[in-house]
Amino acid sequence: MREVAVVSTAHSAVAATTETPIETLIPVIDAALVAAGLERRQVDFWCHGSCDYLVGQPFSFVSAVDALGAWPPIVESHVEMDGAWALYEAWLKIQTGEADTAVIFGNGKSSVANMFRVMALQLDPYVEAPLGPDQIALAGLQARVALDAGVITERDMAEVAARSRRDAVGNPAALVSGEVSVDDLLAGDKVRDPLRHHDIPVMGDGVTAVVIAADDAARSLTARPAWIRAIDHRIDAQRIGGRDLIGVPSAVAAAARCGLGAGRIDVAEIHAPFTHEELLVTRALGLDAGATRINPSGGALVSNVLMAAGLARIARAAESILDGSADRVLGHATQGPCLQQNLVCVMEGACWVPCVVPSSVSARPTTRVAGQTCPSPVWCGRLPIGRLRMRA
Amino acid sequence: MSNEAEDVLRIRTPIGVEYAWSAGTRSSAYLNGLLEGKLLGKRCPSCSRVYFPPRNGNCPMCGVLLGDDDVEVGPNGTVTTFCVVNVPFLGQKITPPYVAATILLDGADIGMQHLLQEVDAADVRMGMRVEPVWAPRDNWGPTMENITHFRPSGEPDVDYSDYAGQL
Amino acid sequence: MTDEMADGPGYAIADDGSFTAPLNLAYPYSRTVGPIYGAFLTGLANHKVGATVSADGTVFVPPAEFHASTGERLDNWVDVANEGEVVSWSWEADPDDSQPLNRPFAWVLVRLDGADTAMLHALDVTDTSSVRTGMRVRVRWAADAEPGIHAIACFEPVEIAGGGPS
Repeated sequence: MREVAVVSTAHSAVAATTETPIETLIPVIDAALVAAGLERRQVDFWCHGSCDYLVGQPFSFVSAVDALGAWPPIVESHVEMDGAWALYEAWLKIQTGEADTAVIFGNGKSSVANMFRVMALQLDPYVEAPLGPDQIALAGLQARVALDAGVITERDMAEVAARSRRDAVGNPAALVSGEVSVDDLLAGDKVRDPLRHHDIPVMGDGVTAVVIAADDAARSLTARPAWIRAIDHRIDAQRIGGRDLIGVPSAVAAAARCGLGAGRIDVAEIHAPFTHEELLVTRALGLDAGATRINPSGGALVSNVLMAAGLARIARAAESILDGSADRVLGHATQGPCLQQNLVCVMEGACWVPCVVPSSVSARPTTRVAGQTCPSPVWCGRLPIGRLRMRA
Repeated sequence: MSNEAEDVLRIRTPIGVEYAWSAGTRSSAYLNGLLEGKLLGKRCPSCSRVYFPPRNGNCPMCGVLLGDDDVEVGPNGTVTTFCVVNVPFLGQKITPPYVAATILLDGADIGMQHLLQEVDAADVRMGMRVEPVWAPRDNWGPTMENITHFRPSGEPDVDYSDYAGQL
Repeated sequence: MTDEMADGPGYAIADDGSFTAPLNLAYPYSRTVGPIYGAFLTGLANHKVGATVSADGTVFVPPAEFHASTGERLDNWVDVANEGEVVSWSWEADPDDSQPLNRPFAWVLVRLDGADTAMLHALDVTDTSSVRTGMRVRVRWAADAEPGIHAIACFEPVEIAGGGPS
């Protein structure tokens, strides 16, 4: 495997803009490139996450290529998903050896329609979507299942909202922020029982862009790259009435594949537009809220730029490596109704980490050597099995 | 129920979404110009190409935002390529044969599509000079339909080498 | 859409000079339903609720075409009751024309008696105090619906003798 790292990030978010999506994209992509010290022509691969339904324009991603300076032709791709999945594709592209650097961007313009209704069009088109629920109705169904089971409380949900708004102070991409007491939040009406106003995300228009690079390219672009040590995504059955809404099995599976339990996580950015979702994902990932800072950016709850908010979680987590404030972090992204699909990305600051061999072998750290196969014959929990190609 | 229902083979599942679209300030300058009978493009600050219309407000070659200043182009232009439409189709507004042309307005660096009339289709050629025919001003809106069509201007043809870079 | 758009020129101009206009998309899709949904929806038209059953005995309503865990193709059928219990609910305060009821109602996940999964639909109750998890509900059949899930108009509370809704 090649070592791949996030080397720079950039964001924008506002409640509503009159700009075209392209006009919003360009300055953010520029900012990410400037932060990485890369020229456009030095980018080997571009990957974009967006959704035509959000803009009401079939193949809208084709016009987004206009933002890239695509002549002479560039190598680019697109996922009809949050940009976090575009990052996964770019990571794979770099693993193939076809690219050393990539720019990933996700964008959405939530202000142009009732996005809570649009997002519910992801439901089964035969027996669920024709009923016309919105995303808030579905979120309420999931929240109540967890509330009834005693897994979470309304106070827990309000605490997520209060902490998110407090942490969002100073984040220019946050659309709501400030000190608010949990008791005040709980005194609010249940606008969509069981959800109160504070449980529902604030939608935004904007972009997140991320530059990733491999091996020496990453080292040359930034002093402390955020090395992607593990990345995986899993999906649950589509229909919400037929799956475990509390346990979020796909998040559990993705976390296991990433070897999440193999060490402390300093910062976790969890893509949870609704308050109960953060609680359920935290639980599914086995995170200890005492040891791990959850969503220090304020999260998607305070700035839900559709198709960018998941990539933004990876970016925000990476930023705490880039600025030296954390050593091992997690970015999480979700798609589909009620946390159907979950992506986990573990990043570390250490460039030359000891590889923790699973306890069934022993807990001794092993040092990987350039050009040699990983000494562990079994899945080590941190990197996929395979040849490790490290710097000499 | 007394009567068994027929087997369900197909269902109707119509969906609709109402959007509020915005053109952005750069394309809006073009739309506003049309209300005043002006053809306004924008210049790329990087490569200096003039875009008409300034679609999405950016230069797709350079990937940069177009400048703020308006650049008035046309009104006359040059046919760079064209297509003779002989085939009738549902919803057709004009009786075939007619000519859909790519017209490079004077001062612009990218051609735009419009209708070419008041000329026999057999006489249309690359390099032909054309001028716009405007609809009555009372009917104007922020749309290129303010120009009903182009027609030959009578100016001498332009040599291919003069527009080869804008094809 | 603003009045200016509806009655005027069809566009509006924002404070920064940007032209804005409504873009109303409508897709009149019709879908072939295949053997599994087809049998289910035919059943609904005959006021019966069918379910597919997997080898491990799981009863899926609405029917699943395949088992999500094993990939098993599901084509064994059983009928389940048209009555069951509320597994979860959330409140719809401001319904629109596309939804099953034109007055406030509860979205519900209902597990019908005999089923192992829950189905999404609407429950006709007047306020949030009239709905709770675990309450008994039954299908209210639509009087005149075209083929589809709308053959079920909604669910309604099952009245228990001597009292209100269970």
